[in-house]
Amino acid sequence: MINGIWLGLIVIGVVVAIFTGNVQAVTDAAINFSGTAVEIAIGLIGIMTLWLGIMAIAEKSGLIRGLAKALSPIMKKLFPEVPADHPAMGAMIMNIAANILGLGNAATPFGLKAMEELDTLNEHKGVATDAMVMFLAINTSSVTLLPATVIGLRAAAGSTNATEVIGPVILATTISTVSAIILAKLFGKMKRYKVENYIEKSDVENVQEG
Amino acid sequence: MLQTVLNTISLYAIPAILLGIPLYGYVKKVKVYEVFVGGAKEGFDTAIRIIPYLVAMLAAIGIFRASGAMNFVVKLLSPVTNLIGLPAEVLPMGIMRSLSGGGAEGMMVELFNTYGPDSLIGRMASVAMGSTETTMYCIAVYYGVAKITKVRHTLSVGLLVDAISLIAAAVITNIVF
Repeated sequence: MINGIWLGLIVIGVVVAIFTGNVQAVTDAAINFSGTAVEIAIGLIGIMTLWLGIMAIAEKSGLIRGLAKALSPIMKKLFPEVPADHPAMGAMIMNIAANILGLGNAATPFGLKAMEELDTLNEHKGVATDAMVMFLAINTSSVTLLPATVIGLRAAAGSTNATEVIGPVILATTISTVSAIILAKLFGKMKRYKVENYIEKSDVENVQEG
Repeated sequence: MLQTVLNTISLYAIPAILLGIPLYGYVKKVKVYEVFVGGAKEGFDTAIRIIPYLVAMLAAIGIFRASGAMNFVVKLLSPVTNLIGLPAEVLPMGIMRSLSGGGAEGMMVELFNTYGPDSLIGRMASVAMGSTETTMYCIAVYYGVAKITKVRHTLSVGLLVDAISLIAAAVITNIVF
């Protein structure tokens, strides 16, 4: 599906551009966005390094273990295949906590660390595990109590009550997070999304290539 | 009042963490500087590893955005979204939200400038913007770091949840305001 969507974006984009006369704009966008992608990654180096350092202290001092223990009843339900004392649990908790507080640029480094740790439990490299899908679903549905960017942009646009959207945002994001968790669990049990399907395919490809 | 409290929280949250964790570590006899440097050294590799995934995703999204194809998608979907009380003006931003966070943010600011942040359209855009994250970006960044290319049900769940949260934003805004 991801191959289809990726190809679809490019095919639709180029074909539509031919009819709308935006061909030059499409060329520029492809080049500029590739540059932007690298800039984002380079920009991540600094905050990634900072937060991984802080996290190492939090780990060593037992802070994360304490946090993970306190939240283990919930975390065990969400990520049953991850051992309660695994470093992935701590990193995921830090990521979700940072997201809830609206600290986007601290959340990403913790989330990346969590993914690396989850991958150490992955028996079939390259294929997402149930825990990874669940963790990503929670992240894309955004768990936030403080939509800081939105409030800032509203205030900048001259809103008389920039914070009035907080209540509705919390309600909407709760609905989206709850549905993300339910859907991730449900879809994970479906036949078409079983891990085995994806291993077989890549094995067949390997055989053909070999 | 609420605004002041929230501003204070976002101003002090990060300094509080940057102070609190090393201080706690020091109390617990952790060699804070050494442990910081030891943990931090992975940062570079992790950030660099996501580049190919991010370039693939952002280039495709950039091509789609620049082509003007969004107008066709909006024409296709607007009969359905009108039924749930989502104005056609908000729909492009709602779709862009799944593809590009920066793109959606720019569209939201445009809606603020045209209709005002306190209009129904402005409020609905705000709620839609705040209640979900950019699915495609998250997949590229988070799966890039673990070199995951077979995403299984991630995309179905992510896009379905985006649709649900857009509907929720429309319904909630219409009821609350």
